[in-house]
Amino acid sequence: MINTLNLELKDIPGQLEKALGGFSKHDANILSVVHHREDKTPRGTVPVEVKVDVGEVVIEKIIEDLRSRDVEIVKVGEENLSRSFMVILIGHVVHSDIRDTINKIDDTGLAEVKDLSLKMPGINKESTARLFIKADGESGVKKTINLIKDIAKEKELKVITEMDV
Amino acid sequence: MKIALLGFGTVGQKVAKILESRKNFYENKYGFSPEIVLVEDSNSQGYHTNGLNPKKLLERKEEKGDVGSGRKLDLNDVEFDVLVECTPTNLEDGEPGLSNILQSLELGRDVVTSNKGPLAIAWEELKQTSSKNDSILRYEATVGGAMPTINLAKDSLAGNKIKQIRGILNGTCNYILSRMRGGGLPYDHVLSEAQDLGIAEADPSYDVEGIDTALKIVILANSLLDFNVKYSDVDVTGITGITSEALDLANEENRVIKLIGKVNGDKLEVGPKMIPKNHPLAVKGTLNVASLKTDLAGEITITGKGAGASETASSIISDLISINRVRNFR
Repeated sequence: MINTLNLELKDIPGQLEKALGGFSKHDANILSVVHHREDKTPRGTVPVEVKVDVGEVVIEKIIEDLRSRDVEIVKVGEENLSRSFMVILIGHVVHSDIRDTINKIDDTGLAEVKDLSLKMPGINKESTARLFIKADGESGVKKTINLIKDIAKEKELKVITEMDV
Repeated sequence: MKIALLGFGTVGQKVAKILESRKNFYENKYGFSPEIVLVEDSNSQGYHTNGLNPKKLLERKEEKGDVGSGRKLDLNDVEFDVLVECTPTNLEDGEPGLSNILQSLELGRDVVTSNKGPLAIAWEELKQTSSKNDSILRYEATVGGAMPTINLAKDSLAGNKIKQIRGILNGTCNYILSRMRGGGLPYDHVLSEAQDLGIAEADPSYDVEGIDTALKIVILANSLLDFNVKYSDVDVTGITGITSEALDLANEENRVIKLIGKVNGDKLEVGPKMIPKNHPLAVKGTLNVASLKTDLAGEITITGKGAGASETASSIISDLISINRVRNFR
């Protein structure tokens, strides 16, 4: 699990080392450290963003440790690496209520339809839609695709996904 | 090598023709001297213990539509070394191919086949019968025509673990999708064009519904990944109903749509997929392509003609020569 910790450090020597000590003590794998010197806070502290790959239990210990070191923790968040992918739907896409299709995807909270292109060659002819969808992480993509397949089955639409999605 | 050739359609005839015309070449280069002792089509049989004359056989087939009078002999009655099984694929029960192959393996004779039905239906039984009787079963011609997919994986990539297989394994579907994209043409129009060109059958469902691709995926999964799966284990979607608008919308994003067969993890799938235009699998026309992901050699992709009499015969003959190397038939 990737976690992002937003910290604020005093602008005096040795502060970063002190903070990172709280991570190394728990064998946390630090993925990146971004030191925002140019974005000093009104209080004069320096924002630092640390990304780590650790389990839930370890992250609690790290937070405890950082507090005991007097390191200001602003925000802790599990990161959802969002992924965009494309899906093509063929059939009576509009008449089977495209709005409902989009709502069903958006309502999962895992994914969001960001873009829709529609081609309608003629009245009573099947239309074709291309959807760009943004989903949370691999599991979000997988769940969303399964949902789209279920919707397509119910609405008698043909689904074309990307090969590697 | 004494050959029993069962099935004398376009593929069987081509094999006979090449074995005859390249007799000296094969003898000199490989020490391979095949003789067709038994030939059988759907209603007749020809047999000669010292080998039939392929030229006369082909002439007779052309003139009279048969290869002899009646069908009296059983494989049990015939002295042969290798069975070449080219009867048509039957999805229901794999017959008559399945019985022919099993009988030959039980007799301890080797088999080369281009027939997908028996392999897709009764893989375990064939595998066990072959190992129990120390008879070799080779089937390169069943997948990808001339493309050396199975033997590439088994011989050249021996020692690797194959993690994933993906490919375009049906030339008819690839022709239809390539042509629709190139000309902005509707599916029905391109299908009828393909039928006129002899690329698609009068009843195209076997190809366009993805059945043919699924059978090949089953054969690859069983033989290369040690699965034990059947046609019904594949999630199959064909290309019927694909609109030229779908190809346009994909094209706007630099994608093409291809009927992809895939074995990944324990999942077997056949369906139309979007792939980047410049992807190695994005081959055009009737070409086939297969990509094997291996643990040591990385990803290996091969492409070639997936169908046609001489391409299929090429795979059959290469299997025969391989068997000859092992057995040293004279």
